[in-house]
Amino acid sequence: MAGSRSRIVPYAVAALISLVGLADATYLTVQSLTGETLVCGGSADCFRVLGSVYARIAGIPVAAFGVVGYFGAFSLATFAAFGYARARKFLALIVWAMFAVTLWFLFVQAFMLHAFCRYCLFSAALVFVLAAVVVLIPSSR
Amino acid sequence: MLHSMRRYLPFVIVGAVALLTLGSATLLYRAKRLPFLTIAKNHVAPGTDDAKSIHILGNPDAPVTLEEFGDFQCPPCGMLSGPINQLEQDYHQRLRVIFRHFPLAMHRHAREAALASEAAGQQGRFWQMHDVLYREQAVWSEAADVRPLFDDYAGMLGLNIDRFKKDMESEQVKRRVAADQQQGTALGVTITPTIFINDRALPNASLSPASLHSAVEAAMNVKPSP
Repeated sequence: MAGSRSRIVPYAVAALISLVGLADATYLTVQSLTGETLVCGGSADCFRVLGSVYARIAGIPVAAFGVVGYFGAFSLATFAAFGYARARKFLALIVWAMFAVTLWFLFVQAFMLHAFCRYCLFSAALVFVLAAVVVLIPSSR
Repeated sequence: MLHSMRRYLPFVIVGAVALLTLGSATLLYRAKRLPFLTIAKNHVAPGTDDAKSIHILGNPDAPVTLEEFGDFQCPPCGMLSGPINQLEQDYHQRLRVIFRHFPLAMHRHAREAALASEAAGQQGRFWQMHDVLYREQAVWSEAADVRPLFDDYAGMLGLNIDRFKKDMESEQVKRRVAADQQQGTALGVTITPTIFINDRALPNASLSPASLHSAVEAAMNVKPSP
Protein backbone atom coordinates (compact mmCIF):
# COMPACT_ATOMS: atom_id res chain seq x y z
CA MET A 1 0.00 0.00 0.00
CA ALA A 2 2.80 2.35 1.05
CA GLY A 3 4.73 1.36 -2.06
CA SER A 4 1.73 2.06 -4.26
CA ARG A 5 1.25 5.46 -2.68
CA SER A 6 4.90 6.35 -3.11
CA ARG A 7 4.44 5.63 -6.83
CA ILE A 8 1.23 7.60 -7.15
CA VAL A 9 2.33 10.78 -5.34
CA PRO A 10 5.13 11.82 -7.75
CA TYR A 11 2.84 11.33 -10.75
CA ALA A 12 0.09 13.29 -9.04
CA VAL A 13 2.61 16.08 -8.39
CA ALA A 14 3.71 15.92 -12.04
CA ALA A 15 0.06 16.14 -13.13
CA LEU A 16 -0.51 19.18 -10.91
CA ILE A 17 2.60 20.96 -12.22
CA SER A 18 1.50 20.19 -15.77
CA LEU A 19 -1.91 21.62 -14.99
CA VAL A 20 -0.34 24.91 -13.84
CA GLY A 21 1.81 24.94 -16.98
CA LEU A 22 -1.26 24.24 -19.10
CA ALA A 23 -2.98 27.30 -17.62
CA ASP A 24 0.12 29.45 -18.26
CA ALA A 25 0.52 28.23 -21.85
CA THR A 26 -3.21 28.61 -22.57
CA TYR A 27 -3.11 32.16 -21.28
CA LEU A 28 -0.07 32.99 -23.43
CA THR A 29 -1.68 31.42 -26.48
CA VAL A 30 -4.83 33.47 -26.07
CA GLN A 31 -2.74 36.58 -25.47
CA SER A 32 -0.82 35.92 -28.64
CA LEU A 33 -3.95 35.27 -30.69
CA THR A 34 -5.73 38.39 -29.51
CA GLY A 35 -2.72 40.69 -29.71
CA GLU A 36 -3.38 41.70 -26.13
CA THR A 37 -0.23 43.08 -24.55
CA LEU A 38 -1.34 44.98 -21.48
CA VAL A 39 -1.21 41.93 -19.24
CA CYS A 40 2.53 41.83 -19.70
CA GLY A 41 2.42 44.41 -16.95
CA GLY A 42 3.81 47.09 -19.20
CA SER A 43 7.09 45.26 -19.62
CA ALA A 44 8.79 46.12 -22.88
CA ASP A 45 10.80 42.90 -22.61
CA CYS A 46 7.62 40.90 -22.69
CA PHE A 47 6.58 42.48 -26.00
CA ARG A 48 10.02 41.88 -27.40
CA VAL A 49 9.75 38.17 -26.71
CA LEU A 50 6.10 37.62 -27.57
CA GLY A 51 6.30 39.78 -30.67
CA SER A 52 9.54 38.27 -31.96
CA VAL A 53 9.89 35.95 -34.93
CA TYR A 54 10.73 33.15 -32.48
CA ALA A 55 7.29 33.41 -30.88
CA ARG A 56 5.54 31.78 -33.84
CA ILE A 57 6.21 28.72 -35.96
CA ALA A 58 4.41 28.76 -39.31
CA GLY A 59 2.09 31.40 -37.90
CA ILE A 60 1.19 29.32 -34.86
CA PRO A 61 2.12 30.81 -31.46
CA VAL A 62 4.73 28.61 -29.78
CA ALA A 63 2.63 28.84 -26.63
CA ALA A 64 0.06 26.68 -28.45
CA PHE A 65 2.70 23.96 -28.72
CA GLY A 66 3.22 24.48 -24.99
CA VAL A 67 -0.49 23.80 -24.46
CA VAL A 68 -0.12 20.52 -26.35
CA GLY A 69 3.03 19.64 -24.40
CA TYR A 70 1.57 20.38 -20.98
CA PHE A 71 -1.70 18.66 -21.81
CA GLY A 72 0.25 15.62 -22.97
CA ALA A 73 2.33 15.64 -19.79
CA PHE A 74 -0.79 16.00 -17.65
CA SER A 75 -2.58 13.15 -19.42
CA LEU A 76 0.40 10.81 -19.22
CA ALA A 77 1.06 11.66 -15.55
CA THR A 78 -2.59 10.97 -14.76
CA PHE A 79 -2.53 7.63 -16.54
CA ALA A 80 0.79 6.79 -14.90
CA ALA A 81 -0.68 7.56 -11.49
CA PHE A 82 -3.43 5.06 -12.24
CA GLY A 83 -0.89 2.39 -13.02
CA TYR A 84 -0.61 2.54 -16.80
CA ALA A 85 2.99 1.41 -17.23
CA ARG A 86 3.45 2.64 -20.79
CA ALA A 87 2.34 6.15 -19.81
CA ARG A 88 5.37 6.41 -17.52
CA LYS A 89 7.75 5.87 -20.38
CA PHE A 90 6.01 8.41 -22.61
CA LEU A 91 5.80 10.91 -19.75
CA ALA A 92 9.58 10.83 -19.39
CA LEU A 93 9.93 11.29 -23.15
CA ILE A 94 7.60 14.25 -23.37
CA VAL A 95 9.11 15.95 -20.30
CA TRP A 96 12.63 15.66 -21.70
CA ALA A 97 11.45 17.02 -25.03
CA MET A 98 9.87 19.98 -23.22
CA PHE A 99 13.08 20.41 -21.25
CA ALA A 100 15.12 20.63 -24.46
CA VAL A 101 12.69 23.13 -26.03
CA THR A 102 12.76 25.19 -22.83
CA LEU A 103 16.56 25.36 -22.94
CA TRP A 104 16.36 26.57 -26.54
CA PHE A 105 13.88 29.32 -25.67
CA LEU A 106 15.95 30.42 -22.68
CA PHE A 107 18.93 30.66 -25.02
CA VAL A 108 16.87 32.71 -27.52
CA GLN A 109 15.69 35.08 -24.81
CA ALA A 110 19.11 35.50 -23.20
CA PHE A 111 21.40 35.70 -26.21
CA MET A 112 19.31 36.56 -29.25
CA LEU A 113 16.51 38.79 -27.98
CA HIS A 114 18.26 40.04 -24.82
CA ALA A 115 14.86 40.14 -23.18
CA PHE A 116 12.89 37.84 -20.91
CA CYS A 117 9.15 37.26 -20.75
CA ARG A 118 8.01 36.53 -17.23
CA TYR A 119 5.36 34.03 -18.31
CA CYS A 120 7.97 32.17 -20.34
CA LEU A 121 10.33 32.12 -17.36
CA PHE A 122 7.54 30.79 -15.18
CA SER A 123 6.90 28.06 -17.73
CA ALA A 124 10.62 27.27 -17.84
CA ALA A 125 10.67 26.93 -14.05
CA LEU A 126 7.69 24.55 -14.21
CA VAL A 127 9.41 22.39 -16.83
CA PHE A 128 12.56 22.22 -14.70
CA VAL A 129 10.53 21.11 -11.67
CA LEU A 130 8.65 18.62 -13.85
CA ALA A 131 11.94 17.21 -15.11
CA ALA A 132 13.22 16.95 -11.52
CA VAL A 133 10.08 15.06 -10.49
CA VAL A 134 10.45 12.66 -13.42
CA VAL A 135 14.09 12.05 -12.52
CA LEU A 136 13.23 11.43 -8.87
CA ILE A 137 10.39 8.99 -9.57
CA PRO A 138 11.60 5.61 -8.36
CA SER A 139 11.95 2.94 -10.96
CA SER A 140 8.94 0.59 -11.02
CA ARG A 141 11.15 -2.46 -10.85
CA MET B 1 -17.36 -2.28 -10.18
CA LEU B 2 -14.67 -0.38 -8.28
CA HIS B 3 -12.03 -1.79 -10.60
CA SER B 4 -14.02 -0.70 -13.63
CA MET B 5 -14.44 2.83 -12.22
CA ARG B 6 -10.73 3.03 -11.50
CA ARG B 7 -10.02 1.96 -15.06
CA TYR B 8 -12.09 4.73 -16.60
CA LEU B 9 -11.31 7.48 -14.08
CA PRO B 10 -8.11 8.73 -15.80
CA PHE B 11 -10.03 9.05 -19.07
CA VAL B 12 -12.70 11.07 -17.29
CA ILE B 13 -10.11 13.32 -15.61
CA VAL B 14 -8.17 13.92 -18.83
CA GLY B 15 -11.38 14.56 -20.76
CA ALA B 16 -12.63 16.98 -18.12
CA VAL B 17 -9.34 18.91 -18.16
CA ALA B 18 -9.41 19.04 -21.97
CA LEU B 19 -12.93 20.46 -21.93
CA LEU B 20 -12.08 22.89 -19.14
CA THR B 21 -9.00 24.13 -21.00
CA LEU B 22 -10.89 24.54 -24.25
CA GLY B 23 -13.79 26.29 -22.52
CA SER B 24 -11.67 28.69 -20.50
CA ALA B 25 -9.47 29.46 -23.53
CA THR B 26 -12.58 30.30 -25.56
CA LEU B 27 -14.00 32.51 -22.82
CA LEU B 28 -10.65 34.26 -22.36
CA TYR B 29 -10.29 34.76 -26.10
CA ARG B 30 -13.74 36.33 -26.33
CA ALA B 31 -13.04 38.59 -23.36
CA LYS B 32 -9.65 39.74 -24.61
CA ARG B 33 -10.30 39.91 -28.32
CA LEU B 34 -9.80 43.42 -29.59
CA PRO B 35 -13.26 44.65 -30.48
CA PHE B 36 -12.36 45.88 -33.95
CA LEU B 37 -11.38 42.82 -35.79
CA THR B 38 -14.05 42.65 -38.45
CA ILE B 39 -13.40 44.11 -41.86
CA ALA B 40 -16.63 46.06 -41.78
CA LYS B 41 -15.47 47.93 -38.73
CA ASN B 42 -12.04 48.67 -40.17
CA HIS B 43 -13.54 50.80 -42.81
CA VAL B 44 -11.34 53.26 -44.60
CA ALA B 45 -13.44 55.73 -46.51
CA PRO B 46 -11.93 56.52 -49.87
CA GLY B 47 -11.09 60.14 -50.33
CA THR B 48 -10.02 61.96 -53.43
CA ASP B 49 -6.59 60.42 -52.93
CA ASP B 50 -4.87 58.14 -50.44
CA ALA B 51 -3.83 61.01 -48.22
CA LYS B 52 -7.43 62.06 -47.71
CA SER B 53 -8.79 58.63 -46.80
CA ILE B 54 -10.11 58.52 -43.28
CA HIS B 55 -10.32 55.84 -40.64
CA ILE B 56 -13.86 55.12 -39.57
CA LEU B 57 -14.86 52.85 -36.73
CA GLY B 58 -18.44 51.66 -36.74
CA ASN B 59 -21.22 52.22 -39.21
CA PRO B 60 -19.96 54.62 -41.93
CA ASP B 61 -23.54 55.87 -42.43
CA ALA B 62 -24.32 56.40 -38.75
CA PRO B 63 -26.32 59.54 -37.96
CA VAL B 64 -23.84 60.75 -35.33
CA THR B 65 -20.13 61.25 -35.95
CA LEU B 66 -17.49 61.57 -33.29
CA GLU B 67 -14.31 62.86 -34.88
CA GLU B 68 -11.16 62.97 -32.84
CA PHE B 69 -7.93 64.76 -33.56
CA GLY B 70 -5.57 62.77 -31.42
CA ASP B 71 -1.94 62.30 -30.52
CA PHE B 72 -0.90 58.81 -29.46
CA GLN B 73 1.52 60.20 -26.89
CA CYS B 74 -0.99 62.52 -25.28
CA PRO B 75 -2.13 61.07 -21.93
CA PRO B 76 -5.68 62.52 -22.01
CA CYS B 77 -6.13 61.03 -25.51
CA GLY B 78 -5.10 57.69 -24.07
CA MET B 79 -7.54 58.08 -21.20
CA LEU B 80 -10.41 58.81 -23.56
CA SER B 81 -9.54 56.07 -26.02
CA GLY B 82 -11.27 53.31 -24.03
CA PRO B 83 -14.44 55.31 -23.32
CA ILE B 84 -14.69 56.30 -27.01
CA ASN B 85 -14.43 52.65 -28.04
CA GLN B 86 -17.07 51.85 -25.46
CA LEU B 87 -19.36 54.54 -26.88
CA GLU B 88 -19.01 53.02 -30.33
CA GLN B 89 -19.91 49.63 -28.86
CA ASP B 90 -22.85 51.02 -26.91
CA TYR B 91 -24.37 53.01 -29.76
CA HIS B 92 -23.36 50.44 -32.35
CA GLN B 93 -25.02 51.32 -35.67
CA ARG B 94 -25.89 54.89 -34.63
CA LEU B 95 -22.37 56.22 -34.02
CA ARG B 96 -19.29 56.35 -36.18
CA VAL B 97 -15.90 57.29 -34.82
CA ILE B 98 -13.30 58.98 -36.99
CA PHE B 99 -9.70 59.26 -35.91
CA ARG B 100 -7.39 61.90 -37.33
CA HIS B 101 -3.75 62.39 -36.51
CA PHE B 102 -2.58 65.49 -34.77
CA PRO B 103 0.83 64.58 -33.35
CA LEU B 104 2.10 67.44 -31.22
CA ALA B 105 5.72 68.57 -31.62
CA MET B 106 6.18 68.50 -27.84
CA HIS B 107 5.73 64.70 -27.84
CA ARG B 108 8.93 63.27 -29.28
CA HIS B 109 7.50 59.89 -30.37
CA ALA B 110 4.00 61.02 -31.35
CA ARG B 111 4.71 61.34 -35.05
CA GLU B 112 6.42 57.96 -35.20
CA ALA B 113 3.43 56.46 -33.43
CA ALA B 114 1.10 58.04 -35.97
CA LEU B 115 3.23 56.58 -38.76
CA ALA B 116 3.14 53.18 -37.06
CA SER B 117 -0.65 53.22 -36.93
CA GLU B 118 -0.83 54.20 -40.59
CA ALA B 119 1.70 51.52 -41.51
CA ALA B 120 -0.50 49.00 -39.67
CA GLY B 121 -3.46 50.48 -41.56
CA GLN B 122 -1.74 49.55 -44.80
CA GLN B 123 -2.27 45.95 -43.70
CA GLY B 124 -5.83 46.58 -42.54
CA ARG B 125 -4.98 46.86 -38.84
CA PHE B 126 -5.15 50.57 -38.16
CA TRP B 127 -7.62 50.34 -35.28
CA GLN B 128 -5.84 47.46 -33.66
CA MET B 129 -2.55 49.40 -33.67
CA HIS B 130 -4.44 52.50 -32.51
CA ASP B 131 -5.67 50.55 -29.47
CA VAL B 132 -2.30 48.99 -28.72
CA LEU B 133 -0.50 52.33 -28.95
CA TYR B 134 -2.90 53.96 -26.54
CA ARG B 135 -2.91 50.99 -24.21
CA GLU B 136 0.87 50.78 -24.07
CA GLN B 137 1.41 54.53 -24.15
CA ALA B 138 3.18 54.61 -20.79
CA VAL B 139 5.73 52.07 -22.00
CA TRP B 140 6.79 53.39 -25.40
CA SER B 141 6.54 57.05 -24.40
CA GLU B 142 9.48 56.52 -22.08
CA ALA B 143 11.56 54.48 -24.52
CA ALA B 144 14.66 56.00 -26.09
CA ASP B 145 14.06 54.17 -29.36
CA VAL B 146 10.46 53.26 -30.10
CA ARG B 147 11.00 51.46 -33.39
CA PRO B 148 11.80 48.03 -31.88
CA LEU B 149 8.73 48.32 -29.66
CA PHE B 150 6.49 49.30 -32.56
CA ASP B 151 7.91 46.37 -34.53
CA ASP B 152 7.02 44.13 -31.61
CA TYR B 153 3.49 45.50 -31.49
CA ALA B 154 3.21 44.86 -35.21
CA GLY B 155 4.41 41.32 -34.57
CA MET B 156 1.80 40.86 -31.86
CA LEU B 157 -0.87 42.00 -34.29
CA GLY B 158 0.31 39.47 -36.83
CA LEU B 159 1.51 42.03 -39.35
CA ASN B 160 4.17 41.42 -41.96
CA ILE B 161 7.06 43.11 -40.16
CA ASP B 162 9.16 43.81 -43.24
CA ARG B 163 6.26 45.50 -44.94
CA PHE B 164 5.39 47.36 -41.74
CA LYS B 165 8.93 48.75 -41.46
CA LYS B 166 8.93 49.73 -45.11
CA ASP B 167 5.52 51.38 -44.85
CA MET B 168 6.60 53.41 -41.84
CA GLU B 169 9.16 55.08 -44.09
CA SER B 170 6.86 55.43 -47.06
CA GLU B 171 5.79 58.77 -48.45
CA GLN B 172 2.18 57.61 -48.67
CA VAL B 173 2.01 57.02 -44.92
CA LYS B 174 3.76 60.32 -44.17
CA ARG B 175 1.29 62.12 -46.45
CA ARG B 176 -1.66 60.55 -44.60
CA VAL B 177 -0.44 61.87 -41.26
CA ALA B 178 0.41 65.28 -42.70
CA ALA B 179 -2.99 65.54 -44.40
CA ASP B 180 -4.81 64.95 -41.11
CA GLN B 181 -2.62 67.47 -39.38
CA GLN B 182 -3.23 70.07 -42.05
CA GLN B 183 -6.95 69.51 -41.80
CA GLY B 184 -6.79 69.95 -38.03
CA THR B 185 -4.79 73.13 -38.34
CA ALA B 186 -7.27 74.44 -40.90
CA LEU B 187 -10.10 73.77 -38.44
CA GLY B 188 -8.25 75.59 -35.67
CA VAL B 189 -7.14 72.55 -33.72
CA THR B 190 -4.20 73.36 -31.47
CA ILE B 191 -4.40 70.81 -28.68
CA THR B 192 -5.26 67.16 -28.30
CA PRO B 193 -7.65 65.59 -27.94
CA THR B 194 -9.95 67.84 -29.89
CA ILE B 195 -13.25 66.12 -30.42
CA PHE B 196 -16.04 67.08 -32.75
CA ILE B 197 -19.52 65.65 -32.44
CA ASN B 198 -21.37 66.14 -35.70
CA ASP B 199 -18.89 68.84 -36.71
CA ARG B 200 -19.19 70.76 -33.45
CA ALA B 201 -16.10 70.81 -31.23
CA LEU B 202 -16.56 69.92 -27.60
CA PRO B 203 -14.99 72.26 -25.07
CA ASN B 204 -11.61 70.78 -24.17
CA ALA B 205 -11.73 71.84 -20.55
CA SER B 206 -14.72 69.66 -19.83
CA LEU B 207 -13.68 66.57 -21.80
CA SER B 208 -14.33 63.45 -19.78
CA PRO B 209 -15.94 60.07 -20.41
CA ALA B 210 -19.15 61.37 -18.84
CA SER B 211 -19.24 64.58 -20.88
CA LEU B 212 -18.52 62.63 -24.05
CA HIS B 213 -21.37 60.29 -23.31
CA SER B 214 -23.73 63.20 -22.65
CA ALA B 215 -22.66 64.95 -25.86
CA VAL B 216 -23.21 61.81 -27.95
CA GLU B 217 -26.53 61.17 -26.26
CA ALA B 218 -27.61 64.75 -26.95
CA ALA B 219 -26.59 64.41 -30.60
CA MET B 220 -28.62 61.20 -30.87
CA ASN B 221 -31.70 63.06 -29.73
CA VAL B 222 -31.37 65.92 -32.19
CA LYS B 223 -33.80 65.49 -35.03
CA PRO B 224 -32.20 65.90 -38.43
CA SER B 225 -33.09 69.17 -40.06
CA PRO B 226 -35.30 68.78 -43.12
